[in-house]
Amino acid sequence: METPNYNVAIVRSFIHWSILWGVVAILVGVLISFQLVYPNLNLPPYLTYGRLRPLHTNAGIFGWAIGSFFALYLYMVQRLCRRPLWSDGLARFQLYLFNFTIIVAAVTLLMGFTQSKEYHELEWPVDILVVVLWVVFSVNVLMTIFKRKEQQMYVSLWFMAASLIGVAILYLVNSAAIPVSLFKSYSAYAGANDANVQWWYGHNAVAMVLTLPPLAIFYYFLPKSTGVAIYSHRLSIVAFWSLVFMYLWTGAHHLLWTPIPDWVQTLAMAFSIMLIAPSWGSVINGYLSMNGQWHQMRENYLVKFLILGITFYGLQTLQGPLQAVRSFSAFIHYTEWVPGHVHMGALGWVSLVLFAAFYYLAPRIYGRELYSIPLANLHFWLVLLGQLIYSVSMWIAGVQQAGMWHAIGPDGSLAYSFVESLIEMYPYYWVRAFSGVIYVAGVAVFIYNLAMTARRGKPLTAATA
Amino acid sequence: MFGSWEIKPSVFLALATLAILVGTVVTMVLPFAWINTEGDRIEGVTPYNPLELAGRDVYIREGCNNCHTQTIRPLVAEVLRYGDYSRAGEFVHDRPHLWGSRRTGPDLARIGGKYPDAWHYQHMADPTVFVPRSNMPAYAFLNNRQVDPDLTRRKMEILRFPYEVEQISALRGKTEMDAIVAYMQKLGTGVERTEVAATLASPTTDKNPFGDDPQALKEGADLYRQHCAACHGADLQGGIGPELATPGRDDADLFQVIFHGIIEGGMPSYATLGQERVWKMVGYIQSRQE
Repeated sequence: METPNYNVAIVRSFIHWSILWGVVAILVGVLISFQLVYPNLNLPPYLTYGRLRPLHTNAGIFGWAIGSFFALYLYMVQRLCRRPLWSDGLARFQLYLFNFTIIVAAVTLLMGFTQSKEYHELEWPVDILVVVLWVVFSVNVLMTIFKRKEQQMYVSLWFMAASLIGVAILYLVNSAAIPVSLFKSYSAYAGANDANVQWWYGHNAVAMVLTLPPLAIFYYFLPKSTGVAIYSHRLSIVAFWSLVFMYLWTGAHHLLWTPIPDWVQTLAMAFSIMLIAPSWGSVINGYLSMNGQWHQMRENYLVKFLILGITFYGLQTLQGPLQAVRSFSAFIHYTEWVPGHVHMGALGWVSLVLFAAFYYLAPRIYGRELYSIPLANLHFWLVLLGQLIYSVSMWIAGVQQAGMWHAIGPDGSLAYSFVESLIEMYPYYWVRAFSGVIYVAGVAVFIYNLAMTARRGKPLTAATA
Repeated sequence: MFGSWEIKPSVFLALATLAILVGTVVTMVLPFAWINTEGDRIEGVTPYNPLELAGRDVYIREGCNNCHTQTIRPLVAEVLRYGDYSRAGEFVHDRPHLWGSRRTGPDLARIGGKYPDAWHYQHMADPTVFVPRSNMPAYAFLNNRQVDPDLTRRKMEILRFPYEVEQISALRGKTEMDAIVAYMQKLGTGVERTEVAATLASPTTDKNPFGDDPQALKEGADLYRQHCAACHGADLQGGIGPELATPGRDDADLFQVIFHGIIEGGMPSYATLGQERVWKMVGYIQSRQE
C-alpha cells in the first residue's frame, strides 16, 4: 500500500519548541519554589513570585502541553485520516505564531500586564493572538478530518475534535473584557459573576486542554506501543460522551463556601463525584488493554510511561471529585494540598504520556533508533521520583496547614497565628524545591537522549522504518 | 449500533457542542439571574475612588492574588481569624474578582481599617520588619512610581465610577505605594465590622491568673514579639503605636485593650488568641514597666 506523503518536519519543529517551553516552565517553577523559602530571591519589579507564578503556569500549560498537543495532533491526524495535512503552509504559520505568542505572553506577564484570572492571565492583545492561533490550528485539523481517506473516525479523533471546540468556547467567553489601554482591560463580568465564569473556564480548561488531548494521545500511542488494540472501542466512546457532557457542570466546585448560589455549588459537587465514572472508564479501558501484555511493563519502556501516566490520571480523577466534597474542601482548599494535586496531573499524567509519545516518535522524526533505552529508563525513574516527592510532601503539608488554621482551643480561641502555620511549611517547601531539581534532572536526561538520537543514533533499517 | 452519523464530522461537532453547552448554560449562564441582583445589594458598598482604583490595579499587576485570597468562608476558624464571612453584594464593583485560590499569606477581605496606614507603608516596603519569618517579597519600589492621573480618569469613566475632578488632580504626586495602601484600607469596609471578641466568652476575672509565673512571662515575651513589637517597639518604646514602657493602666484595663482592640485607633482585637495568652502578654508588659 502506498504511504501518503506525511508532513513530519512540522511535527519535529513543534516537539523541539514545546520541549524548550517546558524547560522554561519547570525552571521557573523551581525558582519560585525556592522563592517561597528565600524571599530574597524575589527581584522586584520583574522577578517576584506574584509575576513569575503566572509565567510558570502559562509556560507549562500553553508552551509545554499545548505545544506538544500541536505536534501530536498534527502527527496523529495525518495517520488517522490516511492523508497529508490539509495545509502545510497553515501549519508552518501556526508554528511561527505559536512561538511569537508564547514570547509575547512571557514578556507581558513579566511586565505585569495581567487580567489576574487564573490560567487566563494574558491581556486582550495577547488573547487575540491566542484566538487566531487556535482558529488556524482548528481549521487545519478539522479540514484534514473532513477530507480524510479513512472511513472510520478512531476515538482519538473524537477527543481531538471536541477539545478544539471546547477550548474555543471557554476562551472566548472568559476573555470578554473592555480595554482601557493597550495592555489593560476590565472584565465584562463583575464580582461573584466574574468568579463563576472564571472557574467555569478554569476547571474546564483542565478538561478541554489537559484531559481530552492526553486521552487522545493515550488512545493512539498505547496500542501503537504495545502492538495490541485498545480493549473496547465502545467503552472509550461511552466514556467520551459522558466526560464531555459532565465536565462543564463542575467548575463551581472551586467556589464552595463562597457567596455564589448554593444550588450552583451543590450541582458542581454532585457532577464532580459523578465524573469519576467517565474518567475511570478510560483508566479501566487502558488497564484492560494490557490483558496478557503486562510483561511489557518490564520489557517496553514506552508502556511504563503510558501505564504510570494513566494510573496518575486515575488517582487524579479520584482525588479531584473528593476535593469537590464540601466538607473536604473546607479543610484542604487554599492549602498546599492543591499544588500537590495539580502537579500529580501536570508532572504525572500529562507529562508522562507526552514523554512516551515523543520517545515513540523519536525514530520517526529523526530516522534513527533511540540513542539509549537505559537513559530513557533513568529519565522515567527521575521524573517519577520527583513528581511523587513533590505531591506527597505537599499533601502532608496541606493537611498540617489546614489542621493549624482550623485548630481552636477550648475557650474558642485560635490555637495558631497565621505566621506560625507558615513557619511550619518551610521544611516542606525545601522538600518541594528539591523534588523540582530531581524532575529537572530527569528532563535533562530526556533532552540529552533526544539530542544524541538526532546526532548519533543508529540509522533505521528498512524493517523498523 | 452507532449508525453512520459517527463518521460524519459535522454531525459529531454539532453534538459535541451541544453536550458542552448544557452544563454551561445551567451552571454558568443561568446564575447571572441570581448574582449581583437587587437582593444582593449592600448599602455601604461603594465604588472605588480614583486612588483606591489605582491601588487595586497595582495589586493586580503585582499578582498579590497568587498568595492572598479575598473571600472569607462561613467556617468557624475563618470567621474568627479574618472577620465575618463574605457576601456576594460586597463585590459588585470588582472587575475582575480577586478571590484567589491559595493562601500563602492571610486573607485580605477585611484588612481595611485593621491597621493604621503607617503599618501598611512599612509592611509593604519590608514585610520582615513586622513578621521576621514572612516570605512576602518587599515592595519598596512602589514608593518610586507615580500614579498616572489621566489613565486613572479613563479607568473611572470606563467603569462608570463616580469621581470629582479634584480627586483626579489630587493624584498628581501620589505614589503607587499611596495607592495600594488606600486600596488595602478600603477592603471589607462596605459592611459593618463585627467584633469577634463579642462572640467569645468575656473575661471571668480582673486579676492576672498567672501572677509572676516565670514560664508565663517568657511565653508573654514571645507573644509580644510576635504580635505587638511591630507597632509598639521591641522594648516597648513605641513606634506606630504608643510606648508601653511607662506604667499607666492596671491589669484589667490592659487586658480589655488587648482583648477588644481600639478599632477606630487602628489597634486590632487579639481576642482570638484566647484569654490565657492575652493575660500572658499583659503580665509581660506589666513586668517591663517596673
